[in-house]
Amino acid sequence: MTTAKSPAAQNRIAGTLYRGHEGMWSWVLHRITGIAIYFFLLVHVLDTALVRISPELYNAVMASYKTPVMGLGELGLVAAIVFHAFNGLRVILVDMSAWGARHQKGMFYGVLALWLITMLAFAPRHLAHVFGA
Amino acid sequence: MKTLNLEKAGWLFMRFSGALLIVLIFTHLGVNLLSDGGVKAIDFAFVAGKLANPFWQVFDTLLLWLALIHGANGMRTVINDYATKAGVRKVLLGALGVSTAMLIIMGTLVIYTLDPCPAGTPADLLPSFCPVA
Repeated sequence: MTTAKSPAAQNRIAGTLYRGHEGMWSWVLHRITGIAIYFFLLVHVLDTALVRISPELYNAVMASYKTPVMGLGELGLVAAIVFHAFNGLRVILVDMSAWGARHQKGMFYGVLALWLITMLAFAPRHLAHVFGA
Repeated sequence: MKTLNLEKAGWLFMRFSGALLIVLIFTHLGVNLLSDGGVKAIDFAFVAGKLANPFWQVFDTLLLWLALIHGANGMRTVINDYATKAGVRKVLLGALGVSTAMLIIMGTLVIYTLDPCPAGTPADLLPSFCPVA
């Protein structure tokens, strides 16, 4: 460590042990997607519980899930879930396997690749349901 | 240390429930969003038809309990990270515990007390196995 760095350089987010690298983005995205999924889950349990009140009420509320805006919201929800799922597997491997910690960076890119493949498979069919005739 | 370590139990629960939730939620999304009609096919008849089947009753019970406990435990971590005032933290953790317990109890009751063929409902809103009134 030298004292030659300017304060601005020292405060830069990258270049430290942890901040700004793959591990940080994995953690940040895991937290943001987790919180988003949690609040959807609260609403989703409540809206599904409406089946117990009346078929007409449930169908009326479900109609709001079938609009274009909500259809895009569902795409975002699934994107969050798929990331959280694959990154969660990465967390499990980092914590519980002998080699996971050494390969955490590579596995983050693996998570992004699996996420992209899954979304490329899911999005066309879902969007066709939402926007199709 | 041989005594039960609650934080360690929670840490292990997140990993095991997370792995199981990937299977449960990917199946849930596949059946509900990728089958014919996708989100637009979800209505009372669809849900009541599923919940008349013991397989989906058990499946949805597992999904409900694991997702809510996994999500609530994640939110507990988030609250502990950001709510630095003891009073605020207590209120938030209390609200989290109460809302989670209420949703688990209510959701479980809905799964096992739903009448798929409620009297007085037009037949076109009901599952096809309902007797014609």
